[in-house]
Amino acid sequence: MFKKLAISAVAALTLSTGAAVAAGGAGKVKDVDFSFEGPFGSFDQNQLQRGLQVYTEVCAACHGLKYVPLRTLSDEGGPHLPEDQMRAYAAQFEVYDEELDEFRTAKPTDHFPESNMETAPDLSLMAKARAGFSGPYGTGLNQLFKGMGGPEYIVSLLEGYTGETKTQAGVTLYENTAFPGGWISMAPALYGEDVEYADGHSNSLKHEAEDVAAFLMWAAEPKMMARKQAGLTGVIFLTVLTVLLYLTNKRIWAPIKGKKTS
Amino acid sequence: MSGIPHDHYEPKTGGEKWLHSRLPIVGLLYDTIMIPTPKNLNWMWIWGIVLTFCLALQIITGIILVMHYTPHVDLAFASVEHIMRNVNGGHMIRYLHMNGASLFFLAVYLHIFRGLYYGSYKAPREVTWIIGMLIYLMMMGTAFMGYVLPWGQMSFWGATVITGLFGAIPFIGEPIQTWLLGGPAVDNATLNRFFSLHYLLPFVIAALVAVHIWAFHTTGNNNPTGVEVRRGSKAEAEKDTVPFWPYFVIKDLFALALIMVIFFAVVGFMPNYLGHPDNYIEANPLVTPAHIVPEWYFLPFYAILRAFTSDVWVVMFASWITGGIIDAKFFGVLAMFGAIIVMALAPWLDTSSVRSGRYRPMFKWWFALLVVDFMVLMWAGAMPAEPPYSTISLIGSTYWFAYFLVILPLLGVIEKPQAQPETIEDDFASHYPKSGTPAE
Amino acid sequence: MSHAEDHEGTRRDFLYYATAGAGAVTAGAAVWPLVDQMNPSADVQALSSIRVDVASISEGTQITVKWLGKPVFIRRRTPAEIEEARSVALDDLPDPIARNNNIDGEVPATDENRALDESGEWLVQMGVCTHLGCVPLNDAGDYVGPEGVGGWFCPCHGSHYDSSGRIRKGPAPENLPVPVAEFVDESTIKLG
Repeated sequence: MFKKLAISAVAALTLSTGAAVAAGGAGKVKDVDFSFEGPFGSFDQNQLQRGLQVYTEVCAACHGLKYVPLRTLSDEGGPHLPEDQMRAYAAQFEVYDEELDEFRTAKPTDHFPESNMETAPDLSLMAKARAGFSGPYGTGLNQLFKGMGGPEYIVSLLEGYTGETKTQAGVTLYENTAFPGGWISMAPALYGEDVEYADGHSNSLKHEAEDVAAFLMWAAEPKMMARKQAGLTGVIFLTVLTVLLYLTNKRIWAPIKGKKTS
Repeated sequence: MSGIPHDHYEPKTGGEKWLHSRLPIVGLLYDTIMIPTPKNLNWMWIWGIVLTFCLALQIITGIILVMHYTPHVDLAFASVEHIMRNVNGGHMIRYLHMNGASLFFLAVYLHIFRGLYYGSYKAPREVTWIIGMLIYLMMMGTAFMGYVLPWGQMSFWGATVITGLFGAIPFIGEPIQTWLLGGPAVDNATLNRFFSLHYLLPFVIAALVAVHIWAFHTTGNNNPTGVEVRRGSKAEAEKDTVPFWPYFVIKDLFALALIMVIFFAVVGFMPNYLGHPDNYIEANPLVTPAHIVPEWYFLPFYAILRAFTSDVWVVMFASWITGGIIDAKFFGVLAMFGAIIVMALAPWLDTSSVRSGRYRPMFKWWFALLVVDFMVLMWAGAMPAEPPYSTISLIGSTYWFAYFLVILPLLGVIEKPQAQPETIEDDFASHYPKSGTPAE
Repeated sequence: MSHAEDHEGTRRDFLYYATAGAGAVTAGAAVWPLVDQMNPSADVQALSSIRVDVASISEGTQITVKWLGKPVFIRRRTPAEIEEARSVALDDLPDPIARNNNIDGEVPATDENRALDESGEWLVQMGVCTHLGCVPLNDAGDYVGPEGVGGWFCPCHGSHYDSSGRIRKGPAPENLPVPVAEFVDESTIKLG
């Protein structure tokens, strides 16, 4: 047992890294210009609401968002649903209440339901758990300039079906250009015009995929706006402090270095 | 060697005298903060303050995270999400802690390579160097165990792989590994003990840092020339030095503030850049991620670990001579720890009479190659273990050992060093010609 | 000292003060998040206001819900209970203050000042005895209404509350407090 574990550990260490690359490597992921990219980018509230709709009407059939509290749909910096809409949205779910020991209507303080299917991964953190970009040559430059590529990966995956299928060990696999390895067990989920947007926004496959990817990015990183705000404040504050310290340092050292103080 | 002569704290008022005769703490602080510091220190001497700051940052943010974290296999991942989503400012505190580790290691590597170039490890500063190496080892242990706590896929499999290294030790490896894990595999017992130790070790590091500072305050700082401060008299020493406060405190704080600007930009705008996406998937003992890589700061040593495969002749030779006790796996482990040990032995391996690399024409090039080697190893550690990367790792590892075991001892014999300045004052004056004259 | 040097000194001092000030502000700004993180987190705050469906409560009965970790009695009173509660003279009350968190300031402890609605059908109060914090029993004690419903009795030390939740007899010093509550629709009460 122990030997096996150790062997598998070292094998994992030495072999699997190669295997991943050998097995087709990362699929093709296209860069999408999301509104939330860059230091000043922010979530597009309408896009998040559309994405929520796509998630609810399509993804939620199999997948869950177990780490996302329903109340956060009303949070600023997120979809910012009006409170009554958020309550109505929550009320469509039935959740298991441990205290009551039975199912009841979901309240805003509950989380989204978990995945319905064993094989469907939870999507709460999917946009951070996938990296669409890498390299080149292990330098990390692509991630630096394009971002980690989580939402881009989701878009590319949803758009990446070629229509080819094959059956392997009784499981139908679908060819997908974005999926590592090229064959995925998830059937195509979006075809375009799957949902009817209330705001009349285009519901082509491209837009639906981007909307739901943006929504999932919010689900994975709900505090992104607050974080960028804090980062910007920190950078500005510290820049001022840096300049002041630079001048102070120069002034203090001037007599030692024999320079005239300016 | 006695310390550099300088003014000491003299209690003046009755209250000061009362305290000083019972607890000379003000005097200790005064001597620490007013220590005469070579005035020619360059910008590579800022990392000590940065490292001290990092340690404080990690301890403070860490204590806060513990207030909201739950060390249990069923709850750890969810509790981290609780921190990220519910705790006031929790997302920021966690990202500071995550990226704080990276800043910590970036600073420690620059600090170490500074020491290697300017010969800071040489007599009489060997103890400072050895304690520094201990701190570095402790940091690696702490960082590794901290990385396990979020209980993501990389946490779990990283823990499995690294504790597997101990299993490679002949005969006693498996019991040691079981003892480390508290069971046959990484599980709740492992998570709990790693949590406990991750909390404990930073305080051990803090104590070692105090000793590290004590040691080099005894010998005095090294400086870019490697020439010692004159200690004949206080007046002489004062020509070579300035008090740490305010001159170097302000200089270091300026550098720290500048680094903090970049650090905050990373934390605010790309906090996951240095992390691995797989760690946002909850640990699953049944599914191994496609590509297990450690955090960037472990990569050079990870590359050395993987470099020595069974088809390398040294490995074959070692295996033959020990009757198979040292196999490729164990050899890799020995090489990884050996890479740090040879670095720790640098004070005794370096035979040169000249301290600073600035006056060593041949050493300069070999040192530059070592820096490149370190970065190549870091890069190779992130690549899959297959040709050509495995070959590159092997060449890189070989150079690492050769530098410490062959080049450093030989250079001292064959190299003809350049002239060093007589005093630190001369060196400073050559940079600032007007420094001898009054400013106004 | 010449004027030039004087001016120089002022400028140097200003720079030092500005740097020290900026440093202090930065340090201060860094301390606040460290303090704030110990305040109730968003999930805890979200529970500070709950909604209770009261459609299923029939006259003369009550439900107990947990809110902020404490029991809250939501009672739908019978006309007799209301009648009883509203006929009490203020002079008979040991605690003449309404203790209603929905009303600012101290108002007399009339039943009108304690009931949730004007008709007095709904009474919402904390189910925590003001003596030492036990949970009083309903429809018990010396102040049970004529139909055998209404009134509370704390079994711990024998405090008797009337059908408006006011202390009438026993060691408890105050009336049962009325929490912040309101009807958000026909059949839903929002607490907090």
